[in-house]
Amino acid sequence: MCVDVEVLEQVTVFLENRPGRLQEVVRLLADRGVNLRALSIAETERFGLLRIIPDDLEDTLAALDDAEITHRVTRVVGVRVPDRAGGLAAVLDLFTGTDVSIAYMYAELSGGEQAMLVVRFEPQEDALRILAEADLG
Amino acid sequence: MFQHDIQTMPVPDLRRLQSERLSRQVARLHARVPFYRDKLACAGVDPATVSGIDDIAGLPMTGKGDLRDVYPYGLLAVDRAEIVEVHMSSGTTGKPVVDAYTAADLDIWRDVMARTLDMGGVGPDDVVQNGYGYGLFTGGFGVHYGAGRLGAVVLPMSSGNTFRQLQTMQDFGSTVLTCTPSYALYIAEFAAQQGIEPATLPLRAGFFGAEPWSLEMRAEIEARLGIAAYDIYGLTEIIGPGVGAECVRQDGLHLFEDHFFPEIVDPDTGEPLPDGEVGELVLTTLTRTGTPLLRYRTRDITFLLPDACACGRTSRRVHRLMGRTDDMLIIRGVNVFPQQVEQVLLRTEGVEPHYRLIVDREGAMDTLHVEVEMSESLFSDDLADLIWLERRIESALKAELGILARCMLVNPRSIERSEGKAKRVFDRREVTTHVR
Repeated sequence: MCVDVEVLEQVTVFLENRPGRLQEVVRLLADRGVNLRALSIAETERFGLLRIIPDDLEDTLAALDDAEITHRVTRVVGVRVPDRAGGLAAVLDLFTGTDVSIAYMYAELSGGEQAMLVVRFEPQEDALRILAEADLG
Repeated sequence: MFQHDIQTMPVPDLRRLQSERLSRQVARLHARVPFYRDKLACAGVDPATVSGIDDIAGLPMTGKGDLRDVYPYGLLAVDRAEIVEVHMSSGTTGKPVVDAYTAADLDIWRDVMARTLDMGGVGPDDVVQNGYGYGLFTGGFGVHYGAGRLGAVVLPMSSGNTFRQLQTMQDFGSTVLTCTPSYALYIAEFAAQQGIEPATLPLRAGFFGAEPWSLEMRAEIEARLGIAAYDIYGLTEIIGPGVGAECVRQDGLHLFEDHFFPEIVDPDTGEPLPDGEVGELVLTTLTRTGTPLLRYRTRDITFLLPDACACGRTSRRVHRLMGRTDDMLIIRGVNVFPQQVEQVLLRTEGVEPHYRLIVDREGAMDTLHVEVEMSESLFSDDLADLIWLERRIESALKAELGILARCMLVNPRSIERSEGKAKRVFDRREVTTHVR
C-alpha cells in the first residue's frame, strides 16, 4: 500500500505575547471566510508561533498583510495515516536510519478514516522521496 | 565659511573676547535681574571683580528648576517692550521653560543657525525641507531663520504628514532635510513602503537633533537616504538649536563659544572637571540680552575634545551627546542610557531600530524589558531561530549595559512612530516607590 502524501502550504504567524492576540488573528481569518484544515501553536514564555493550513492561501495572506501581521509561508508535507494502532509508527519507521528528521508535526482538525498528519521534515526533499518509494504492505 | 573671521579667531583672541563679554554680562545681570543679583550676593561675588573668563567657575549656577520658579518673565534682563519673540519648552514635566528674545537675540540666532547649516555647505542653491515643528518649540523657527540668513529656499513643513513630505521633497527637489533623527528614519521607511527608493530622493544632507542618537543610527540614516547626516545641538533655555553643530568631519560638535561658553562639571557636585572628562555640560550665554543665563546646567552628558579641528574653526568641540542626566535610568544600581540599547539593536543584523524600554520592579528587583521590532526578513517558521535571536540580543545587551535585560520580540511597525521626539522609555517603578 502506497503512502498518501500531499505537499501543503503552511502559514506561520507570529503571535506577540499579549492577551487576546490569538483570538484577533483567528477572528481576522474567520471574517475572510478562511477555514483552517489544521493548526498548531508552538510557544515560548515570550511569544508564540501559530501554524495553520488554510483552505484558501490567498485570502489568508491578504488578511494578514492588511493587518500587518508578520507571517511566512512554509512548505510542509501532509501524510495520510491509517486510523489504527501502529499507523503512525509504520510511517515514522520509514525514516529510521536515514538523515531525515522531523522538526515538528501536528494533526488535521477533521479526521476521516485516515488521519492527516502535517509534518515538517528536514530535509524535506529526501523525506518526499522516501515516502514516494514506500510500500507499507 | 560663514562668519569666517569669528569662527577661525585665534584662541587667545577668542578668550579675550569671551572675557570682555562675560564681565559685561555679569554686570548687566547684576544691575537688571533681581534673581541674579540675589544669586551673586549669596555666592559672595562682587561683579566688579569678574574680569576674565577664568573667573566663571566662581559664579553661581542656574538650574532648570530656577527657570520654572520664575515663570514666565522672571529672568528678563530688558524691558518687556524690547522682547520681540518668545519660545518655550513643552512643559510636560512641569512649568514650561521660557526663552524671550530681543531683536539682537534673533540676530544671534540667525547667525548661529546659519553657521550650523553652513557646516554642511548649505547656500542659496539649496532647498531646505524643514521638518522641525513650528510653534513655541524652537526647532522650526531656528532652522527657518538660519536657512534664510544663508539665502536658501525654506519649505516650512513642520513634522508629520509624511506622504506630503515625500511629495514636496520630490516636487521641489529638496536638497536638505532638517528634523529629528527618528523622523528621518521614519521618512525613509515610509518612502520604501510607498515604493520609492529613499536613496533616489534629491536630498544630499540632513541636520538632525532635538533628541539623542547614536553613531549607528547616523550610519543607518545616511545609508537609507543617501545623505550626509549632521548632528546639531541646542536647547530652548540657551537659544534653541544653534548652540553647536558638527562640521563635515563629523567628529564632535563645535560649540559656538563666542556666544555660549561651555564648561563640564561633575553632575553630582557641580564641580568643574578637567578637559576630557565626562560630565554635565554647563553653558553661559555671553551675548544674549533678553533672558541671559549664567552657568546653566544643561543636564546633557558629554566631554570636551582636546584637539583643534582640522576644519579650521577654533571653537572647542564636545563629543556627541552621550545622554541626559534625566534620561539616565538607574537599573539595579547601574546607569543605563536608552542610546546604548539603540546601538546594540542597530548592530544586530535584521533588527529594526525601533524599540521600547520598560523598566519595572518585581519584588525588590528592577527589571528591564526591551521590546524589539522584528523585521519581516528575520521572521522564521522555526522557534529555535527566534529564541536564538532573542538570546543574541540579550547577550549583546548584557555586554553593553552590564545588566541582564529581557528581549521581547514584537510585530514590525507595532511600536508607535514618532514625528517629534520619540518616547522610548516607560519606567513603571514610580508607582511602587511612593507607597506609604
